[in-house]
Amino acid sequence: MNVVVLVKQVPDTATRIKVSSGGVEIDPRGVNYVMNPYDEFAVEEALRVKELHGGQVTVLTVGGEKADEALRTALAMGADEAVRVSADAKDPLTTARAIASVVRELGPDLVIAGKQAVDDDQGQVGSLVAALLDWPQVTVVTELELSPEGGVAEREVEGGVEVVEFSLPAVLTAQKGLNEPRYASLPGIMKAKRKEIRQVAVDAAVTGEPVLRTTALHVPEERSAGIILRDMDAAALAKELVRLLHEEAKLI
Amino acid sequence: MRNGSDPVSLSSTGPDYFDIDPLLSEEERSIRAMVHDFVAAEVMPTIGENWLKGVFPSDLIPKMAQLGIFGPTLPEKYGGAGISQVAYGLIMQELERGDSGLRSFASVQSALAMHAIFRYGSEDQRLEWLPRMTRGEVIGCFGLTEPDAGSDPGTMRTRARRSGKGWVLNGAKRWITNSPIADVAIVWARDDEEKIRGFIVPKGTPGMSAPEIETKISMRASVTGDIILEDVEVGEEMRLPEAKSLGAPLSCLTQARFGIACGAVGAAMDCFNEALAYAQDRIAFGRPIAQTQLMQERLVDMLSRISRSQLVALRLAQLKEQDAHTYAQVSMAKRDNVRAALEVARMGRELLGGNGITVEYRAMRHSANLETVDTYEGTYEIHTLIVGRDITGLNALG
Repeated sequence: MNVVVLVKQVPDTATRIKVSSGGVEIDPRGVNYVMNPYDEFAVEEALRVKELHGGQVTVLTVGGEKADEALRTALAMGADEAVRVSADAKDPLTTARAIASVVRELGPDLVIAGKQAVDDDQGQVGSLVAALLDWPQVTVVTELELSPEGGVAEREVEGGVEVVEFSLPAVLTAQKGLNEPRYASLPGIMKAKRKEIRQVAVDAAVTGEPVLRTTALHVPEERSAGIILRDMDAAALAKELVRLLHEEAKLI
Repeated sequence: MRNGSDPVSLSSTGPDYFDIDPLLSEEERSIRAMVHDFVAAEVMPTIGENWLKGVFPSDLIPKMAQLGIFGPTLPEKYGGAGISQVAYGLIMQELERGDSGLRSFASVQSALAMHAIFRYGSEDQRLEWLPRMTRGEVIGCFGLTEPDAGSDPGTMRTRARRSGKGWVLNGAKRWITNSPIADVAIVWARDDEEKIRGFIVPKGTPGMSAPEIETKISMRASVTGDIILEDVEVGEEMRLPEAKSLGAPLSCLTQARFGIACGAVGAAMDCFNEALAYAQDRIAFGRPIAQTQLMQERLVDMLSRISRSQLVALRLAQLKEQDAHTYAQVSMAKRDNVRAALEVARMGRELLGGNGITVEYRAMRHSANLETVDTYEGTYEIHTLIVGRDITGLNALG
């Protein structure tokens, strides 16, 4: 069973994000990039599918040379092949069109992606790829069982679990809890270094026009520290609280 | 986000004030990230408690082995991954960011026990022991120091006498990291010709015991013990054939000291990251304490020491990669980086105020550990005299 895993390189979530001078992108300087954490679940699941059913795991990303690092991480975990797609991807739809065109050529039995990227939180690409390919899609998967014809997946729903059946080929998006991603090993990292990353260019005719445009990006306003009232009896405390709400917060 | 930890809790591999990262290869950064993530997920949540209880988290041994971090610089045929010295140094840094005891465990396994067999053992010995040691199936320790021979190992009293086709070992070793849990000890002893010889002594060899030293108030998450040898018989095939003098164990120490010079940076980084976050968060007199001149000076002092240590560690690793380093350079790096880390840890502890004396914060645990690191593998003073001799040409070492 051949699996394609969609991965994205995102800023380490511990990084303090700054908006660049243009106002619509983050400033990449000093940012440490890592594989999107949800994509780690996707890679792990693909490796388990391979271990159980045989086949190949191909990791795929859209981006510039910098994105190779995410692919190498996946190769070091045990993926067989890596493809970096260069395309003029400006929004989730153009990204998905580029991916779908390459996936069509690769012809896998299964595509697994993270349920969303933790940088822009769009959560669209996996679903759009499924729609463009006209394949079944199961999102936010927490449990997966496959047979040669299809599979059964569990999904997180409000207050419970939904079990769905699907045929192959299909697109799945991985939720935390699907598995416990393995660490890349040292020998894995050394082997990954020697593997070739295949580059595929998708031209503008395929990616088409974006349907979304970012007009502004801002970081949340800094809030001042709170005040804790202590060392007072209840009456004095209530009085002080009312005073603060009235005079400082101007809420009452 | 390993082991279900929250996506937002990934911590940084920094600080990196002098933008050193671009000097590392992509593969070196990957190796660092792997060990960093491992330590963040598997070590940090429980290390404080283990340290208090005086427990080495031995469940980490198979996990570390799976990552491939035992003997990682060795060639593949012995189970290694042939990684660079820079990458090895970064592994030590990330382990010690967790705890000096964890790094010590890995140092002893890789740089002392495995290195001794790799460098001074026969091909048969290498193939017998090294692959199992990379897999963590065999834990090693290194018996050089004695109760009455610490800084001057040349005065060791442990004896190796020829007996028929083999050897009989008698003596005692002290301050041996891992000895109570080790499956095999590399034991250094003086033969009848007063030459220092090395022996591979498996656990359970009659006459050998390894009691634990249980009263440490430093390095509590690491196992330390003695090795007692009473008429221990070993065959000639257990002798390391290429080890012919004190130079052999000393060259192993050079390996380990290199790892320590890199590792100490990690402990210091952890203290700095903790202190910076705390200072930005903690309010006193109506403002973050980071907005006071005293705390800013402390933070700048901490980061300056770390930046210097990082650069020294990186350059030393590069020299070592080309086999162009000297043991005196290793001494300077060990001496200075560990002392700097100890100072950084103490400053971090002070900055944290009363909170800093609890194990919920990391600075005092690191600080207590680094007291050991400052002393072991050549004390601060001994390294002063090694470098002093190197730069003056005059020997003040006894």
